Amino acid sequence: MLDIGLSHYLTLAAVLFTIGVFGIFLNRKNVIIILMSIEMMLLSVNINFVAFSSFLEDLSGQVFTMFVLTVAAAEAAIGLAILVVFFRNKGSIAVDDISTLKG
Amino acid sequence: MLETIAFYLFATVLTLSALRVITARNPVHSVLFLILAFFNAAGLFVLLGAEFVAMILVIVYVGAVAVLFLFVVMMLDINFVEMRKGATRYMPLGVLLGGVLLTELTMLFGAWKFSPQIAQNAASPTPAIDSVENTHAIGAILYTDYVFIFQVSGLVLLVAMIGAIVLTHRVRAGVRHQKVSDQVNRKISDSMDIQSIKPGSGA
Repeated sequence: MLDIGLSHYLTLAAVLFTIGVFGIFLNRKNVIIILMSIEMMLLSVNINFVAFSSFLEDLSGQVFTMFVLTVAAAEAAIGLAILVVFFRNKGSIAVDDISTLKG
Repeated sequence: MLETIAFYLFATVLTLSALRVITARNPVHSVLFLILAFFNAAGLFVLLGAEFVAMILVIVYVGAVAVLFLFVVMMLDINFVEMRKGATRYMPLGVLLGGVLLTELTMLFGAWKFSPQIAQNAASPTPAIDSVENTHAIGAILYTDYVFIFQVSGLVLLVAMIGAIVLTHRVRAGVRHQKVSDQVNRKISDSMDIQSIKPGSGA
């Protein structure tokens, strides 16, 4: 318990990932909070990467963390841009209103 | 001992602020708690000996992504109270799914053990910290072994930037812009005649 090992970090990342999944259920109407939940899930993946990288003494985990970070930043930018355009057209960002593309 | 205290402190604040992100009524508070969560994650990364990634996390997430979220939350005029109605309807399903996921993940990760031969499999072993520091070591493999992925991630960012600009740019009618080509192509004859006026007669 007092000696911090790999499983401590992995458990913390699991808790954070679960909070992210739970946030999507809890805020299923608000796209902004859903995007934040996705960011938290990506952060938990990053914690896993860095924890493994540190305990395995293998640097490639930290390099991959940077790529995950890049993709997360791109995703947030595009997602928020789509959100702004959607709000301009519909005047709302509720998930229920995003049903025009039903097929 | 100090490391243990620091880990539990960062982990507790990280978990609590992550919970506040998804439960806060005001989305601005959500964004601020998200920033707190990222700072604590950066602290954990420092504990793990990954200083460069920790600083990148603070710069990219807090400096760019969270501020972007903050801008969008404040720019859009949304009734967030209306949006929270019926949020509890899917709560049991969410709790069930989250509980199952958490149990599975902790059972999987809690019992994680490395094989003794694992060190042979390292793709890029970490050099000893007293000879090469973390940032230097990452740079040495990022620009050699991973240079292709590095360039591709730059391309991903470029595409994201162009995409975001193209999506949000709009041409509004009735706005008078300066048209440089029209100004440059203007001839003297379009705007000015030379009249020859006799002295004493007036124009």
